[in-house]
Amino acid sequence: MVGSLKQARVAFVEAPIGRLVNLLVILAVLYVIFILATKILAQGPSYFLQILTYGVANGAIYALVALGYTMVYGIIELINFAHGDLFTLGGFISLFLLPIFGADASKAGTAGIILPLIAVFLVTMLICGAINVSIERVAYRPLRRAPRLAPLITAVGMSFVLEGLMFLWKGPFNLPYPNLLPTTGIAIGGATIGLKDIFVIALAAILMVVLALFVSRSTLGKAMRATAQDQDATELMGIDINRTIAATFFIGAVLAGAGGTIFGLYYNTLVFDLGFSAGLFAFTAAVFGGIGNIQGAALGGLLIGLITAMWDGYMESTWTQVIIFAILILVLVFRPTGLLGMRVPEK
Amino acid sequence: MRRLGSRLGSILESDPRKNPNAVVFLLLALGAIAFPIGVQIVTRGSGSFLISQAADAGVYVLLAIGLNVVVGFAGLLDLGYAAFFAIGAYTYAFVASDHMEFTPIHQAIHIPFWIALLVGMFAAATAGAILGAPTLRLRGDYLAIVTLGFGEIVPRLFRNAATWTSGVNGISALDTPALPIWINGPWSGDAFAVVQNFKIIDPLAYYVIMAILVAISVVLVNNLRRSRMGRAWMAVREDEVAAAAMGVNTVGVKLLAFGIGAAFSGFAGTFYGAKLSLVSPENFGFTVSITILIMVVLGGMGNIPGVIVGALLIYYVIFNILPGLPQQAADFANSIGATGLNTPSGDWPGLSGEVQRLKFLIFGLILVLTMLLRPQGLLPSRQRAEELQKGVHEDTVIEDLNAETT
Repeated sequence: MVGSLKQARVAFVEAPIGRLVNLLVILAVLYVIFILATKILAQGPSYFLQILTYGVANGAIYALVALGYTMVYGIIELINFAHGDLFTLGGFISLFLLPIFGADASKAGTAGIILPLIAVFLVTMLICGAINVSIERVAYRPLRRAPRLAPLITAVGMSFVLEGLMFLWKGPFNLPYPNLLPTTGIAIGGATIGLKDIFVIALAAILMVVLALFVSRSTLGKAMRATAQDQDATELMGIDINRTIAATFFIGAVLAGAGGTIFGLYYNTLVFDLGFSAGLFAFTAAVFGGIGNIQGAALGGLLIGLITAMWDGYMESTWTQVIIFAILILVLVFRPTGLLGMRVPEK
Repeated sequence: MRRLGSRLGSILESDPRKNPNAVVFLLLALGAIAFPIGVQIVTRGSGSFLISQAADAGVYVLLAIGLNVVVGFAGLLDLGYAAFFAIGAYTYAFVASDHMEFTPIHQAIHIPFWIALLVGMFAAATAGAILGAPTLRLRGDYLAIVTLGFGEIVPRLFRNAATWTSGVNGISALDTPALPIWINGPWSGDAFAVVQNFKIIDPLAYYVIMAILVAISVVLVNNLRRSRMGRAWMAVREDEVAAAAMGVNTVGVKLLAFGIGAAFSGFAGTFYGAKLSLVSPENFGFTVSITILIMVVLGGMGNIPGVIVGALLIYYVIFNILPGLPQQAADFANSIGATGLNTPSGDWPGLSGEVQRLKFLIFGLILVLTMLLRPQGLLPSRQRAEELQKGVHEDTVIEDLNAETT
């Protein structure tokens, strides 16, 4: 069958229409890059630097969420639609925790904010992790051997449930999130890079490095990689699959919770259904980088953030989402494994 | 209606033991005929709203039947089905309203509803083929993601391309369907007269059109399922490798499933546009795609009566029970004397407001619980039910990505 499908694929790619489509796509991409380049040159370097910083900070948040998608997909091949809402929930929980730990606006931008913020981050991440583990236990584990559509629809249902809970908690409005980070910046060649941006990028980078080290060095990380490759064989090696999968959900949610908190601190606003579009973007990032691949998710998140920022900054921002999803489709058509994808999908 | 009659006849003749669906079909057909009569009797002649709502439910039935071809028969997961629905509705808006006068064409187009049904169908099917041709060689989840992306792009395209679609405002004042000739009489409360270009306004007329459309679709899909193509779809669904080995042109077969599935949503879209007389990009989002998918899965994938029942049930829950719930909760609180619950104070928005906020949550819980308790759907196809009973695990809709390659 591999032969016949390969033939079909070859027939498509080599057919004149297929070749024409390839050519058109390449031309369109080159044209867009050309337009973008002329606009960047026309606007000058300081504006470009500003956009770039914004893009990297934005991309760092997407990357944190994308990691959760990619890890869960890597291990049980489930598109966890509820993950984006967990990200929002992280923001909501931290918003609730801020006054409890004494991180109020009076300390904004001072050294006194650091300890309370660390506490808020840790507790938010733990709560999110616990919630995601319980969701996995209740909603996904019983369906692990069911037809594949069942857990997918359950995930959508869980997404509605989480959104419903947040709606119930805070109502349908945009919530103000206190601006606690310093508003000053460092001047570099005419442009100022905010300390806020640096904080977001640094924190996301630290979390991702820790995660990458954890997965590549620790025993549990090894168990995760083994489970992702072959569940049955892993079980035969005496590894508790349920525990490993629960740990994956926990880590994904920890990152999402951190991402939600960072989002709140960076944008100073939250809304209950934020997770839907943010989740889709993060998922696109995961696919872009190569789903199931941790470095890929980080790279994909960064690229999606950059593309969003460039398009928002230089082109019409109404088309940004269309561009992102068009990229998603093009990547899947021309390189289904993603940019860094090493897992070979069955085609 | 004659079509419906002959259909009934053929169902009656067939042996119910051979075709257990026949009973369900018969009940559905009888229900469809009895519904408007029953409603008018129960509500003493003021049931127009319910009948109109039933016609709207029919749109979802059509969509579910179409998606069932893609997901249930061919086993391709489509998460962006609403895109084709949008294309059908917008096609009707383009070809049957004054709108084109305000676009760079500067020439209004008015195609009769009946022809526009076919135009919408072809437009949606073409979109399906265009999306499907490069992407259908992808498998499982990857195809699902592509369709998800497509489903997100299309409504945004309609919203952003404001020169052609008037953007967020949508296109309004679409043509009302009209019959070239009609006879007025005592049944419509007029004197006998022959009317030309009779405009269809009565909800009952929409209901009848919808019932006929659904009946035609059911017959079509039923025949498709039994045809060579239908068997090829099921072969691809069960095992693409084996199907290809048996000489099934898998890509072609899947492409047809995609196109035919999209065609039904084109039907539904045209009817939707004509009845509402308005299309807006906000009405075709991801929630719509998911709702249709849930109808198919909940009803019983691959089984047409199951899908119809699932669509009607979900429609009833989403558009009738959930919107009515806040008022009922408030009434209930009043009836037990707890009127204090209904007065908003501080953070408490009043009981009805609180229940209003619960809607998301309730819908989500319904989804999760049905999947946990009955993953095979309410009326699964016999084949599927047997498979589930024997405990055969099959990854029908999403293939195992790592099955052979790793």
